[in-house]
Amino acid sequence: MFRRLQDSPHLLEIAYQAANQMVSTFSSLLRPDSWGESVFIPVEKMSKGAIFDCRMCGQCVLHHTGMTCPMTCPKNLRNGPCGGVLLNGNCEILPDKPCIWVQAWDRSKHMRNYGNDIQQIQAPLNHQLRGTSAWINDQHRQAELTPNGWEN
Amino acid sequence: MDQRPAPTSGIDPQRLGELKSGSRLERVLRSGRFAVTAELNPPDSADPQSVYDRALVLAEVCDAINATDASGANVHMSSVGVCALLTRAGYEPVMQVSCRDRNRIAIQGDLLGAAAMGVKNVLCLTGDGVQSGDQPEAKPVFDLESTTLLRTAQIMCEKGQFLSGRKLENPPRFFLGAASNPFVPPYDFRPQRLAKKVQAGANFIQTQYCFDVIRFKQFMEAVRELGLHEQVYILVGVGPLRSAKAALWMRQHVPGVVIPDEIISRLEGVPASRQQEEGKHICVEMIQQMREIQGVSGVHVMAYRQEELVAEIIHEAGLLPRRWQPHRRQIYQFEEGFE
Repeated sequence: MFRRLQDSPHLLEIAYQAANQMVSTFSSLLRPDSWGESVFIPVEKMSKGAIFDCRMCGQCVLHHTGMTCPMTCPKNLRNGPCGGVLLNGNCEILPDKPCIWVQAWDRSKHMRNYGNDIQQIQAPLNHQLRGTSAWINDQHRQAELTPNGWEN
Repeated sequence: MDQRPAPTSGIDPQRLGELKSGSRLERVLRSGRFAVTAELNPPDSADPQSVYDRALVLAEVCDAINATDASGANVHMSSVGVCALLTRAGYEPVMQVSCRDRNRIAIQGDLLGAAAMGVKNVLCLTGDGVQSGDQPEAKPVFDLESTTLLRTAQIMCEKGQFLSGRKLENPPRFFLGAASNPFVPPYDFRPQRLAKKVQAGANFIQTQYCFDVIRFKQFMEAVRELGLHEQVYILVGVGPLRSAKAALWMRQHVPGVVIPDEIISRLEGVPASRQQEEGKHICVEMIQQMREIQGVSGVHVMAYRQEELVAEIIHEAGLLPRRWQPHRRQIYQFEEGFE
């Protein structure tokens, strides 16, 4: 039911901005490895899990990818679709499901604020951050989000 | 000799600065010559001669030979191994690197090893899913993907370091390639995706099989609008279809290969005994049409299990002679040494 929200990416990006605002307001409470994080993680898991099928990679790029979770791509592609997309727009690995990058691209066109961010190059995942809070990482663990020498 | 006007790749070599890698492929492309690369299907064999037999029919007619990396998720001799053999014999390989089977630690190590063996061209791929091969029970890795792999190789070459920041004693010099498939959705995202790969470090592009000229022209129009044809050399994927049946099978089973109905009915229109010939003609015509498109710098010939046709195709397309000939003597010396 909540998954349907993904078809309103323009609302989700506003929600993202609001949530971002809230987290940065409380950023002193929400520090890595604090009790704040241990409370926050289940909240994040439930809300993003219900809407986006979030996999808790800890490095959320939803607003860069048309409010569509790239970790739901069987190849975990974070920079765009592979060359195997079927002609009906479905996934080569899961032929009954739509390619999430076809969806991401369509949705990004409806996003006024972050739509163009789909063109930004995303760094490879830091697998050490799996299961941590992406909101908190965004505030406090910036240095761990990109490998050494990586510039966008 | 080729009498046509120089192809209109649109790239001004001055803008690219110095030679990135010094590879033969890079030199050919920079000189403005229409480049030809061909795919070598690695053997299921532990004998180096199996590689040389395949290379011999390709090398005389192309500027570089692509060594595939378990394409279609089927295991064959590794691309590092094939490239090592090819460079020892004086051939020019393009090493394909797929992210399906190795993580960033293994890939960075292989890149260094390959550079030390004399590999100068690397094609960075995400790779087919494991389910399309004959061992679908394998674990897919996908630690990096094509775009992040490109950037990783670029960091190694230009900054002389691993992704950890650790410095390299001697950085590699690579001419970096990437793939593009303009023929599958989301069509209007494909040129943007190409732009991302160029930004991540791609110097040349090899596309998926092109059978749909109209779609490709639309793609190239968008590419030119973005100015990408001035930043990257684009080689179009072409190949002969063995028969109408083979074409139908490919369309059904190989993800990403799009074959329009007209091509299939054209093959069906001739008797089965002449379908291979017709498939070859279609391929030659495709190359000739590609040469007319502004921003196309060459072709990449993929003739799976029909390698012997590649020379005929290149010849009939009017792309011979190529300037370079393989160093046969070196191969013989190597073989003697090996025994």
